[in-house]
Amino acid sequence: MYRYDEFDHAFVNDRVAQFRDQVARRLSGELAEDAFKPLRLMNGVYLQLHAYMLRVAIPYGTLNSRQLRMLAHIARKYDRGYGHFTTRQNIQFNWPALSEIPDALADLASVEMHAIQTSGNCIRNVTADHFAGAAADEVADPRPYAEILRQWSSVHPEFSYLPRKFKIAVTGAERDRAAIQVHDIGLHLKKNDKGETGFAVYVGGGQGRTPMIAKKIRDFLPEEDLLSYTTAIVRVYNLHGRRDNKYKARIKILVHETGAEELARQVEVEFAELKNTELKLPDADIQAITSYFAPPALEPRAEGWANLAQWKKADSDFARWVHQNVQPHKHPDYGMVTISLKPIGGIPGDATDEQMEAVADIAEEYAFDEIRVSHEQNLILPHVALADLEPIYRALVATGLATANAGLITDIIACPGLDYCALANARSIPVAQEISNRFASADRQAEIGELKIKISGCINACGHHHVGHIGLLGVEKKGEELYQITLGGSGDENTSIGEIIGRGFEPEKVTDAIEVIVDTYLGLRLDQSENFLAAYRRVGPQPFKHALYGNAAAAA
Amino acid sequence: MTDKVLTANRLSDGISVWLDAAGTWNTSLQEAFVARHKEAVEALEATGKQAFADNKVVDVNVVDVEEVDGVLRPLRMRERIRAGGPTIPYAAGYAGLNATRSVVA
Repeated sequence: MYRYDEFDHAFVNDRVAQFRDQVARRLSGELAEDAFKPLRLMNGVYLQLHAYMLRVAIPYGTLNSRQLRMLAHIARKYDRGYGHFTTRQNIQFNWPALSEIPDALADLASVEMHAIQTSGNCIRNVTADHFAGAAADEVADPRPYAEILRQWSSVHPEFSYLPRKFKIAVTGAERDRAAIQVHDIGLHLKKNDKGETGFAVYVGGGQGRTPMIAKKIRDFLPEEDLLSYTTAIVRVYNLHGRRDNKYKARIKILVHETGAEELARQVEVEFAELKNTELKLPDADIQAITSYFAPPALEPRAEGWANLAQWKKADSDFARWVHQNVQPHKHPDYGMVTISLKPIGGIPGDATDEQMEAVADIAEEYAFDEIRVSHEQNLILPHVALADLEPIYRALVATGLATANAGLITDIIACPGLDYCALANARSIPVAQEISNRFASADRQAEIGELKIKISGCINACGHHHVGHIGLLGVEKKGEELYQITLGGSGDENTSIGEIIGRGFEPEKVTDAIEVIVDTYLGLRLDQSENFLAAYRRVGPQPFKHALYGNAAAAA
Repeated sequence: MTDKVLTANRLSDGISVWLDAAGTWNTSLQEAFVARHKEAVEALEATGKQAFADNKVVDVNVVDVEEVDGVLRPLRMRERIRAGGPTIPYAAGYAGLNATRSVVA
């Protein structure tokens, strides 16, 4: 993974010292809140319902064991013993005291981590496929390009006060696991007919109150033009994005109002000016960054195949976990392990300090010291020999992290919702917990198959409900929580925005509604190979409306 | 008139607090001073403005409450959760849950 150079170390340490001074001046009263608020936000410090919240950046979701142990330390020393992994591959701590945050940031800096640009109207943490560098279907590792973008966008003087926040995601496989089409810029790393590396470029995707699927404005952008073309896009946005209305300020609105074709033309005009400047990426620079992401030396471990067969035969729970949570690796003797942070009835994305320590130990011993955070709020061990799966599983069982539900109905994405968030209108976590408990049976989950439920506690859509196969949006109606259900959303290479199925459900009725939807799907699918999304796309909303609301609604 | 209390978050650690009858910022809603007429609400607002200016608290708001069997209950769920803490159990040792359930229900 990328290692800080002297400049990086000095920059982050300077920033900690600067923020320490700002916090001291705020606490002494020298700085007023109006002056301080933008400064704390630039350092990832929010004020939530109960306390401050610190959001720490995990660039493209990649961590080593030392860093994960530091996150455990932060949870233990400055928080209440846990952290919340987010849908942007970051982690949030819910209870830090403002007076102690500079110390927490200094501790983070010691392991090359920070909270810069995790808030504010700037270019946020660049996200990437959580299986990057390991997936069997990958064309190239997207992380070197995400790192180049991270370096370019960090305190970029031109792009520190954009009309609104700006999110970039990169994937290196045809199967999009980074949801690039619902990002401000989505980059699909690919090879052209000549074998050259470049990107399909998508612009103007996003969720929130106005969900939009990004438009592809370039089929193939040579890798050397990554920064000049991205600069051109953000410059056009910075010039023409709306600053009069924060709800219309994202680039998706500019793309919508301008038209993708015209916007692409404007980008090309800027790009023509920038193409042959210092922004052009020399091959040597790309290679230098790529070398940081060289895969570990994976020795042949063919004994794993026989071991695995034996272990699976001996333990059906282990077999189920392997089937559900281990994906094929580029190397046939290895796999990619999803560590579910969705225990039955648990809180999506939460991990205690002890669990973080345990995962760090496992990664160090068995997984080449690499951990990823997925935007689906799970942890990933990207390089694991099949021969080591059994001891890893035992260690995960011991720390309560061996739930075999990756991609199933209980692998629910949920934002913090009204239990924590100052913006939320309704709770998300208890809804996720009740659905998880209702569908707790492993056999029932297996029967249902792949089904992604995503829950947001407000229209800002941090829980990605728009792209859930089943999406839940919590709203406040007459002082009470109500949950609107959308069906048919998807955040992959065939992105779609879910359709509102009908009137919302009260908290005590929403799990029953989900069950009705699931039972309806089971009753109409062609066979077990037709998953929920495929079935919904085949039959449309009517059977589900009928099941939920009766004939009158179905006819409407 | 709906009963009202003054709430904020403490500057130093962000913890939710309510102004009590002694004029101090208390971490329990149940200790809050309840304003039951216009003049009392105006006094609360003035106190809140001053405390903000004095850099004691941030995010100062007057919120609606009702008193049920001697227990103060904010009318909005958001404020009930602020008063009781998250409605979900968390890591071992977290104490917010039990207090919250009775308030949110």
